[in-house]
Order: sequence, then C-alpha cells, then structure tokens
Amino acid sequence: MKQNIAVQVDDLTVAYNYKPVLWDIDLEIPEGVLMAIVGPNGAGKSTLIKSILGILKPIAGSVRIYGKSYEKQRSLVAYVPQKGSVDWDFPTTALDVVTMGTYGSLGWIKRPRQKQKKAALEALEKVGMLAFKSRQISQLSGGQQQRIFLARALVQDAAIYFMDEPFQGVDATTEIAIINILKELRKAGKTVIVVHHDLQTVPEYFDWVTFLNVKKIATGPVRDIFNDDNLTKTYGINYKVSIQE
Amino acid sequence: MLGSFAVLRKQSLLGDAISHAALPGIAISFLITGAKDSHTLLLGALVSGLIGTFWIRGIITKTHLKSDTALGLILSLFFGFGMLLLTFIQKQPNANQAGLDKYLFGQAATLVESDVWMMAIVTGICLFVLLLFWKEFKILLFDKDYAKTLGFNTKLIDILITSFIVLAIVLGLQTVGVVLMSAMLLAPAAAARQWTNSLATMVVLAAIFGAFSGVFGTAISASQNNLSTGPVIVLVAAVFVLISFIFSPSRGLLFKQIRFIKNRRDLELHKTLAFMYHIAESHADITHPHEIKILNGFQGYTKGTLKKLVEKNYVTLKGSTWSLTNEGFESALNLYNQLSKNDE
Repeated sequence: MKQNIAVQVDDLTVAYNYKPVLWDIDLEIPEGVLMAIVGPNGAGKSTLIKSILGILKPIAGSVRIYGKSYEKQRSLVAYVPQKGSVDWDFPTTALDVVTMGTYGSLGWIKRPRQKQKKAALEALEKVGMLAFKSRQISQLSGGQQQRIFLARALVQDAAIYFMDEPFQGVDATTEIAIINILKELRKAGKTVIVVHHDLQTVPEYFDWVTFLNVKKIATGPVRDIFNDDNLTKTYGINYKVSIQE
Repeated sequence: MLGSFAVLRKQSLLGDAISHAALPGIAISFLITGAKDSHTLLLGALVSGLIGTFWIRGIITKTHLKSDTALGLILSLFFGFGMLLLTFIQKQPNANQAGLDKYLFGQAATLVESDVWMMAIVTGICLFVLLLFWKEFKILLFDKDYAKTLGFNTKLIDILITSFIVLAIVLGLQTVGVVLMSAMLLAPAAAARQWTNSLATMVVLAAIFGAFSGVFGTAISASQNNLSTGPVIVLVAAVFVLISFIFSPSRGLLFKQIRFIKNRRDLELHKTLAFMYHIAESHADITHPHEIKILNGFQGYTKGTLKKLVEKNYVTLKGSTWSLTNEGFESALNLYNQLSKNDE
C-alpha cells in the first residue's frame, strides 16, 4: 500500500537558549491518519507542532507539507492552540472567534461577509455550540472554549489539522464530542495530529502514534508500536499500559 | 481609543514608558534646532518614543527579563536622561528654554490652532488605519500564534499597533504631559472595558470617555483659576473609571454585590420553605400548625425570611405557630421537583 506523505520532517532541531528541545527529528506522517504525539512534560511535543507551523524558528531541519514548503501550503493546514495560550477575558463572542478561522483565506484588509459567517455558524453547529454563538467567551466553560477553538480550525477547511492538547481540562462529554469530530475528519480523508497526554486512551482514539522525548523514539501504527517497550523508552520508567483488544 | 489595545495586550505600562521615553527626544530636538515650536519638539518626542519602545521589545525578546522589568528600565533610563538634558538646557543663557518643562505636566493653554489641526489629522489617520486593519488587529490581540499560522505577518501588525500607540501618546504630551499621559491612554480604555464585551463598542466607548474627560477637564480648569488642565483632565478620566468599576451592570462591584446578596436571600428563602415542606409533609393535613421554635435549629432561617414567606402568602402565622398554606406547599413541591431535575 502506497500512501501519500502529508507531513515530512527532516533533521528538525529546535532549541530555546542552549538546551535543545528537539533533536534531529525525522518524521513522516502519512495522509489520512489520526495521530497522537505522546511523551513526558518537556519532551517537545508542542514545540514540534509549533516548529512545523513556523511559529517557532528551528535551528536546523526542514518541513514539507505534501512535498512543498509550509509557506506555500499554509491553506492546507489548520491549528488548534492550547486553550491556555489566549486570554479568554478578551471582549468578543464565540461566533467572532470561530470567524477568525476564515481570516486566513480572506487575506489582508478584507472583512468577513455573509459567506464567512455562514461557514462559522456551520462549524459551531458541528461542535454543538450553535446555541452559544453570541456568548461572551469568558462565560464559556473550559470544554466549551475548547470546542470553540476546534470550530475555528474546522472553518479553515484544511487537509491537515494540528491540535495542541485538545483534551486538556475538558469533561467527558466534551472529550467524546471532540474525538467524534476527529474521527469524522479522518473519515473524510484528513490528517489529524494531536498532542496527547492520556496514554490510556491512545489505542481507543488513534490509529497512529509518535513517541517523543527530545528525540523521536518511534512512530507508526498504534497496533504495531504502542507497547511497553516504547513507553519505557519514552518515559524512562517501566510504564505498563493494558491494551484492550 | 488606541488605549484599548494597550489594555487588552496587558501592556498597560507601555504607555507610561513611551511617554517618559519621549522626554529626551523633546530636549534633544530643542538642543539641535533651538526651535520651540511644538511640531519640531514632538517630532523629537516621536523618534525617541519609538526608539524606547523598540528597545523594550528588544530587551523582552532577547533576554530573560520580564516585560515589567524592561519597561521600568527603559522608562527610568530615558526619563532620567531627559531630566538631565532639561536641567542642562535650563542652565543655558537662552531665553527660549522657558517652555520646555511644560511637557512634564503638560499645558493645554500652550496649544495653538495648528496643534489642534495636527491632532485632528493624526486622529483621523489613526481611525482610518484602525478601521482598515480591524480584523488583523483583533486576531493579533487575541491569538498571535494562530494569526501567524493563518499567514499574517504578525510582526508587521505588531509594529503598526505599537507605532500608533506611540503616535497617540506623543500627541497628547503637550496637553497632559509626560508624567500623566499614560493615564489618558489607559483610563478611558479601562473604564470602557467595564461596560461592554465587544471590542468595537469598547474602542468607541473609550474614545467617548477620552473626549469627555478632555472637554470636562478643560472646562473645569478654565472656570477655576490656575488649575492646570492636564491633571484635571486625568482626574475626570479617573472619575469615569471609578464610576465604571462600581456601577457597570455586568462587571461592576455594586451590581455584583447586589446579585450576590439577592442570590443568597433567594436561596435562604427556598431552603427554609423546603425545610417547612418536609415538616408539613409528615402530616396528613399540610396546613397543620407547627411551633416556630423548631425552625430555630435550621441554619438559613431568620425572622426576615419568615416575614417574606408570610408576605408571599406561603405561610400563615398564628401566635407562636406557623403553618404552610396550600400555595406554599405547591411552590415548595415545584422547587423540589426542579432541584431534583437539575441534579439529573
């Protein structure tokens, strides 16, 4: 089976100050997978995503999105940042935040019109937040805020989705809602890459996994490589996860 | 108006630093040109304000220092340098020197018609740019990294916003002065934030508050002898802030407290009613009278709540006993059902 490579990372090295956060990362992410990036705190999971997206400048290495540089393929990529990265007391509404997803395709100066608003409303409906469209964002719960972020990425109608800990601090209902949307995206042939913390749910949610701890430990299908051996290599301790068949 | 952006970026002190950083610019441009007309001096202020700002940014990105440290550092450095130059100028036998210290606290009286025109034009340009790049400004303020992934040149937008903040500050220097300028930038924005949850409304409100403080402040200082205009304007703006903090319907302290107390009262009432309901339930006749004394053991119970219940016709009192009315019983039953429904 020959699959297209959605994201290709070569020799990526990133450092804050003196200490390397990512070291010589080579990574191929095939098209259409739902992939988890797992690793301990400080392993560089968020950094990896941010470097691929050009938010951080790597010291060395290159990133290709469908064979071309990221700058050229920007419209194919959507990003869901960590929820905690923004100030939720910002004076704006849920619909407004989701509409921001259309800003990229609009470009400079042009304003969102009926078409963009419609797209934003549809995305809100997909994440089950239509009833909250006029709600001030500070008055949303953590899970609702996360869904708003997800909706904003959905509006971009991208081919590849990068998500930084979308399950952090959300309740069970939201977690299920989000994972259902991610699975739908995969069904539609999209590639979804998720920084994930909860090892127990990896086999249930994802079909592809990358183990990361400054260096890449392993990457591949969950059923082949999600085992105690790789977990121990990544986390340093003897980690045992029971995989339900 | 532009203060809204400074407040939302949590860079409120930036305004203070910029206005102080503008002082050496004023002094230097006086030293070089010897001119005292405000345009030349403000140009100097603009240049040194911008230099100060970009130094602050440089310090923040290049070193480990926190932004408040960088701000404080640049603020005092530039202000100290400016004061040094000012005293130096004052020692010089130059009749023209007299007006410079006006920039410390500002003096609206020194404004001439051409100054006012310049302010109007620059304000117009600011407004135009603001409307043009509204979307870009908004997304940068809310989520910078995300804006970057959408392909916006965040550095450019950032520089644009910052430059306009500097411009606005420099223009205000003549009126309010170096020391108080940041208040003029922030107070209207802080006040406006209390009243609205929409960025657009906030910006408009801030502009209105700012304009009103200016007009009122000038009027007050003109009607009283020798009150300098700048401080009065700032005080008026501060009054706006105070009023907004206390009286704003959604975020204000007063209404928050009122809501809190009302909520508490309502809950007390409901709880007492529920307590009575449970007692009354045990009798076949729900209106059977009970001693008021049994209520004393119940936490939420006060004479006030009992009186309110009587007023609502949920309870009747007879001597030292109370009894639930049919109405009260039904209301309690409804509450009970509602509560258990919410629990599900």
